[in-house]
Amino acid sequence: MPLSVGCTARPGKARGNRTGAWRTFKPDFKHDKCTKCGQCILICPEGCVEQREDEYYYPDLTYCKGCGLCAEECPAEDVEMRKEEK
Amino acid sequence: MVDRSLELFECGHRACAGCGPAIAARLMLKAVGTNSIIVSSTGCMEVFSTPYPETAWKVPWIHSLFENASAVASGIEAALKRQGRSEKVVVIAGDGATFDIGMLCISGAFERGHDFTYICYDNEAYMNTGIQRSGATPYDASTTTSPAGKRSFGNKRPKKDMPQILAAHGAPYVATASISYPADLMQKIERALNTPGPCYVQVHTPCATGWGFESEQTMHVGKLAVETGLWVNYEMMDGKVTKVKKVVRKPVEEYLKVQKRFRHLFKPVRQDAEIATIQAQADRNAEKFGLDIKVKK
Amino acid sequence: MLKITEGSFAVADAVRLSRPGVIAAYPITPQTHIVERLAEMVADGELESEYITVESEFSALSACLGASAAGSRTYSATTSQGLALMYEVCFNVAGMRLPILMTIANRAMSAPLSIWNDQQDSISLRDSGWIQFYAEDNQEATDLHFIGYRAIEDHRVLLPAMVCFDGYILTHTYEPVDIPTEEEVNGYLPPFKPYQRLDAADPISFGMYATPEYYMEFRYEIDQAMQRANEVIIQAGKEFGEHFGREYGSLVESYRMDDADTALVAMGSVCGTIKDAIDELRSEGKKVGLVRLRTYRPFPTMELKKALDGVSRVAVLDRNISLGSKGAVGLEVKDALYGSGIVVLDYIVGLGGRDIRKKDIAAITALVVQGKGDMFYGLRTEVL
Repeated sequence: MPLSVGCTARPGKARGNRTGAWRTFKPDFKHDKCTKCGQCILICPEGCVEQREDEYYYPDLTYCKGCGLCAEECPAEDVEMRKEEK
Repeated sequence: MVDRSLELFECGHRACAGCGPAIAARLMLKAVGTNSIIVSSTGCMEVFSTPYPETAWKVPWIHSLFENASAVASGIEAALKRQGRSEKVVVIAGDGATFDIGMLCISGAFERGHDFTYICYDNEAYMNTGIQRSGATPYDASTTTSPAGKRSFGNKRPKKDMPQILAAHGAPYVATASISYPADLMQKIERALNTPGPCYVQVHTPCATGWGFESEQTMHVGKLAVETGLWVNYEMMDGKVTKVKKVVRKPVEEYLKVQKRFRHLFKPVRQDAEIATIQAQADRNAEKFGLDIKVKK
Repeated sequence: MLKITEGSFAVADAVRLSRPGVIAAYPITPQTHIVERLAEMVADGELESEYITVESEFSALSACLGASAAGSRTYSATTSQGLALMYEVCFNVAGMRLPILMTIANRAMSAPLSIWNDQQDSISLRDSGWIQFYAEDNQEATDLHFIGYRAIEDHRVLLPAMVCFDGYILTHTYEPVDIPTEEEVNGYLPPFKPYQRLDAADPISFGMYATPEYYMEFRYEIDQAMQRANEVIIQAGKEFGEHFGREYGSLVESYRMDDADTALVAMGSVCGTIKDAIDELRSEGKKVGLVRLRTYRPFPTMELKKALDGVSRVAVLDRNISLGSKGAVGLEVKDALYGSGIVVLDYIVGLGGRDIRKKDIAAITALVVQGKGDMFYGLRTEVL
């Protein structure tokens, strides 16, 4: 791809950087005690938690760095961090 | 009303795990919305979000230099006015770019009265270059240029009072917020955006790497700052404090002891006099802002 | 329309006629008359621009950067210390490929503090990626603003430019200057069409950082644009001639060079004095001519070589000094003529407002014939 003029870029390219590879611990969304409050989506530094049609939340492991904030901040304690087997 | 589902900051950015400023970026953009132009200063957020060609920003974004974001914003605002355009101009800059090196440009832009919102994400040191002290670093915090040592308890000066300085410029709306109170943060940014003239929002953004805590503690540490009275969330309209987040205050050491930057206050020996000095700062905040919720026993 | 006017006012008229959307400037001697006159024009409604009275030159150029990125034609003016304060922004503007035009009222650099003319200020920004024009008189200074905007906004170029004219010697001198009409200028200089801009309807990120994988190629692209600017400026100068009757179809101007064996090379207002001195030297039978540089960046190597073809020796007059080396123009001319066998000697002259008179030009011509040069000329040895 030729260089842009003046080192500019249009959105979309950041997704090429799959930060999930950084992870040591993986969030396990149990969908057990979840009250669907949306806190995990709101505070995820990656913005990689999504709510699907079943209204439960799912982390996108392509980007999740495993920081553990979703588990720590979940008011219902529905998310647990587990050491990831790679 | 802020659209919480709006995602204008993309996955794939290179912030540390648990990054406070990354959370701030997402929350700010939800409040700022799509009809906006963002001006960033050089710093962590700029670097982790824009290695060519991988931009994380889905709104128009510009970075020029470390210290000139408000001057660049002045020019953009003038151009938009001339062209009859409606985008909101929003600066997002770190505390080094705001409290220290960008002071001249900020003062000029606020004095001239440009219609823009300046958001400072305050992680209380130069994190991008490796945790050096800034004018926003709190008293006694150990940084790489204010290290605790045999003859030092870390940073010798309290934090500069930027909100007061900008209020003194005649800014119609000045507020402080914290990522640990997302709804409050987004509401304040929305209010700043909808207030004509230069507005300032200073957002406390705990930094796991720079402050020394585990990545899942970011929100918790931010809450402790507010709950101890060391960080006050408040609003000022036309120079007068109009709203303060009141708390049932905790002792400051509950905040200090969870961060490595204050570890020297507890180990190898507890430094009671230093902790008392910091407690006195929180007490002064409580008095000044009327922070304390009276608990009936 | 021909009118007797001060150089600064003629430039302000040129800026008005160029219709910048945003002006940001900070006052500094001897640039002040330009920005004061522009402020008056805005106050009187003669010029519909946003005029930002910034708190420093650093912010002046930073504001221009933002305005240009947002898609407006922008203008600033400064000199000396003010330009030095812009240093960081200058590199940034060029790297971001924003076609901002700025007038430089050339002035010496402190210390010692001096408000008088030399060209050290703009010369010190030679590596920043800005096109640099140098005007000989106020008519040329005026015209170069139109040519400048037209050339730099060309999408083959997209670089910023400085129109340099000598502080006091030109800025504060009254001369007859032909100020064109709005209609005439509008026929030559189209509205600014940005190559890309900050726009919510089409989000784009400006000013990203480049890793070692990309940085060098971005710098190469800027240099390529500078090379293309050679041709674009010449074309813009030729078309200017077609519109206004004053031809600027070359980056160098040759004066009485046809049979010259000795050439002087210089930039700026001193060239007027040099031309008069040459007329006198010619009447004495000396085969002397002048090659005047209209641009220093891009450096017109090919045109200069052609203009100097056939001479035996060249005396370069530098109103600047790269301390510890030579004058900046002298170094470039030596490089351009390397291997040609032509002797090139450099003379540091006129620093900090020291007059350069016709007799100095004659003396320098004698020195270069004797092979004496690469020196400060005209030092007051009694104070050394």
